[in-house]
Amino acid sequence: MLKGHLPLWEVFVRGRRGLDHKHIGSLHASDAGQAMKSARDTYTRRQEGVSIWVVRAEDIHASQFENDASFFDPAEDKVYRHPTFYEVPEELKL
Amino acid sequence: MNKNHYRYVLRLGDNALILGQRMTEWCGHSPLLEEDIAMANCALDHVGRARLLLSYAAELEGEGRSEDDLAFVRSDREFENFLLCELPIGDYAFTMARQYLLDTYHYYLFTELVSSSDETLSAIAQKAIKETTYHMDRSRDWVLRLGDGTEESHERMQVALEGMWNYTEELFERDPVDVQMIAEAIGPDPERLHSKWQADINATIKKATLRVPEKKWSLSGGRNGLHTEAMGHLLSEMQHLQRTYPGLSW
Repeated sequence: MLKGHLPLWEVFVRGRRGLDHKHIGSLHASDAGQAMKSARDTYTRRQEGVSIWVVRAEDIHASQFENDASFFDPAEDKVYRHPTFYEVPEELKL
Repeated sequence: MNKNHYRYVLRLGDNALILGQRMTEWCGHSPLLEEDIAMANCALDHVGRARLLLSYAAELEGEGRSEDDLAFVRSDREFENFLLCELPIGDYAFTMARQYLLDTYHYYLFTELVSSSDETLSAIAQKAIKETTYHMDRSRDWVLRLGDGTEESHERMQVALEGMWNYTEELFERDPVDVQMIAEAIGPDPERLHSKWQADINATIKKATLRVPEKKWSLSGGRNGLHTEAMGHLLSEMQHLQRTYPGLSW
């Protein structure tokens, strides 16, 4: 009998050549090989992808919600960080 | 009609159908959610293959029967699958050990059938070989995982192999049907498959820290319609809808 869960893995699938991998879901598996096979059977059986990445969920370090105010809010009023903020001198225009 | 050609294709179809039916029994009951989906996927690969083969068998027979007629209204004595396909699913070790033995068999069989003189069979083999390559990869993985796993999983895998070993000789028997298929370059000589199969299976068993079982006796007869007691029960479940409501579709 299985006690508890096997390690959690996050699955990323590339839908078509030229696109980037997108997070598509997660699954439990004991190692990368098993995670890859399960990902194939769970997430690409309807031709959803041409490439799969699996990553141990514990290897992903996520930003924390309680840090949102200090992490993301300060960017709100920094319009000068967008290139469109600057006027290009006539001489430099093509 | 070339009766032997029909029976050859029918046997391939019956193996796919009966094994596929056994695999579907895990749907909703697998030990892990991920396995449940994977097993159902692979089961459907087998059922899909059965459809192609039984449709073609019906065409070769030329008596107006359809794939559904062959699948759902034949009695057990008219099925010609290997006994190994029909054995009850047992535990997951038994199921995966059987898958591995048959996936490996099918891998070498379809590899040969790709160059069959029968173009339809060759086309079916070209599709099946891709599926089977994955199936074999998956089932071998489980034989290794359970064999080289815990004390209990090791024991269960060993018991599973012992329990089915005496049914494996049937895979490589050669009867008049095979002899004619070999002569017409439609099917391979089972003997050629046997040595490759044996080498693979032995290597995997050894790697899984298991023992190759001793062959004490051998059972066969499935290919001539002589089945185990499990077959009738399997068919009663698989066929009951078409038997109760003939021609029903959905």
